[in-house]
Amino acid sequence: MANYSTSDLRSGLKVMLDGDPCAVVANELVKPGKGQAFSRTKLRNLRSGRIWERTFKSNESLEGADVMEYDMEYLYTDGEFWHFMMTDGSFEQHAADENAVADCAKWLKEQESYVVTLFNGAPLIVTPPNFIELEVVETDPGLKGDTAQGGTKPATFSTGATVNVPLFVNIGEVLRIDTRTNEYVSRAKV
Amino acid sequence: MSAWRASCSQSNLKARAALYTQIRAFFVARDVLEVETPLLSVSTATDPQLESIQAQVKTHIGREEKPYYLQTSPEFPMKRLLASGSGAVYQICKTFRNGETGRKHNPEFTMLEWYRPGFSLEDLMLELELLTTEILGAAKAERLSYRDAFLRYVDIDPFKISDNKLALRAQELTEYYGPKMSRDDYLNLILSICIEPNLGVERPLFLYEYPPSQASLAQVSLSSQGDSVAQRFELYIQGIELANGYFELTDPDEQAKRFVQDNLERSQIDLPEIPPDEHLIAAMTHGLPACSGVAVGLDRMLMLKVGAESIDEVLSFPITRA
Repeated sequence: MANYSTSDLRSGLKVMLDGDPCAVVANELVKPGKGQAFSRTKLRNLRSGRIWERTFKSNESLEGADVMEYDMEYLYTDGEFWHFMMTDGSFEQHAADENAVADCAKWLKEQESYVVTLFNGAPLIVTPPNFIELEVVETDPGLKGDTAQGGTKPATFSTGATVNVPLFVNIGEVLRIDTRTNEYVSRAKV
Repeated sequence: MSAWRASCSQSNLKARAALYTQIRAFFVARDVLEVETPLLSVSTATDPQLESIQAQVKTHIGREEKPYYLQTSPEFPMKRLLASGSGAVYQICKTFRNGETGRKHNPEFTMLEWYRPGFSLEDLMLELELLTTEILGAAKAERLSYRDAFLRYVDIDPFKISDNKLALRAQELTEYYGPKMSRDDYLNLILSICIEPNLGVERPLFLYEYPPSQASLAQVSLSSQGDSVAQRFELYIQGIELANGYFELTDPDEQAKRFVQDNLERSQIDLPEIPPDEHLIAAMTHGLPACSGVAVGLDRMLMLKVGAESIDEVLSFPITRA
């Protein structure tokens, strides 16, 4: 991988830091009139998701990280790995471990498309689509007539996710969920 | 975005023109003479933290090319004017610093610099305060010594802390894990990242009494607390370093020593040596009147005036479009 000068880091660039791949979030030149130039850099550790703030001398260099994002379809899990397939027509398959799937496990539905981030060729992160349609498998019976008023109850979906939904929802209904906020959006259009 | 277009708005173009008019009126009223000095010179600042841009110049067609430097500030020729008997002078000019591009930096930028024979540093701070009040409507400035700023914001005594402790505290405070640096680099690092953003937020702030190692071209004297301090100030408004002023060094021998010291530091970090400005030394030997001088970043002043987030908003064409 190419090396990047710390003064040349732009948001979106992927670099290695302390052995972890990181995405540059922001980078600012800090240069007093009389004094050494520094780069004040915000990076997202792609492994942990955590934001790191670091300061570099402007001429330090960082190794680029071999990180690429691909659209992949979820196939199945064998209990240890979750298997995905490239949607570019290559049918290439990748096995993601528990760390990579992490919180996304509860949104995994067969034949749905996910963004899989590969680091050195292996899945590092699996990101669900922002919105996903899932079937309710468990919830209290729906309250008839209550279609507009507030009030929610928990519902469990086919994938295992639990989301608070309006009181009128029944088992077997397909709902549209925002995976970023874990919130009910609407009934799925059939 | 089409790169041929100006990056600043029409109203900011006008704000710049109005700013210059206001500044000129300010100095006309005070009988300070507007001057121009060369942007190209055979010498330049020796400060290891400044990189001058070099140009190859032929004084006549067919002559051999010689390296000249685009000036990082008009300080040396303006001091030569003072020694020539010019009296109080000011200049608005372009200055150049290689490699400096960012939210508050452009490699080519505009500086207002003026010198006041007979002024103490405090006299000059008051005059600068009048100018900022007039232009920015800023409130009365606060004064904070370099030591008190460090004590207040990071609980470090910059004059007393050991080198090792300073390096450790800097690492903790700024997440800097790079190569070991000089004491002044660590102080600058902490100042830039942990202190500056707090300076001049409510009202403008003068930071003064710098460590003598950061005197640059200022005189060194004893503070009220008995420390050796540089007679230097910086003005901060809303966390932005806006101006740098000195009670100017007038001793040619001390000046020559600082040139040598700078070049020594340059050689230690593999930077090319800068030929010391012999004209400046000669002018100081002839006699530079006791004076104070200050440089103000006009692009930054304009940013503050119009509320710009980035210097590009006040430049017609920043370096990426130049």
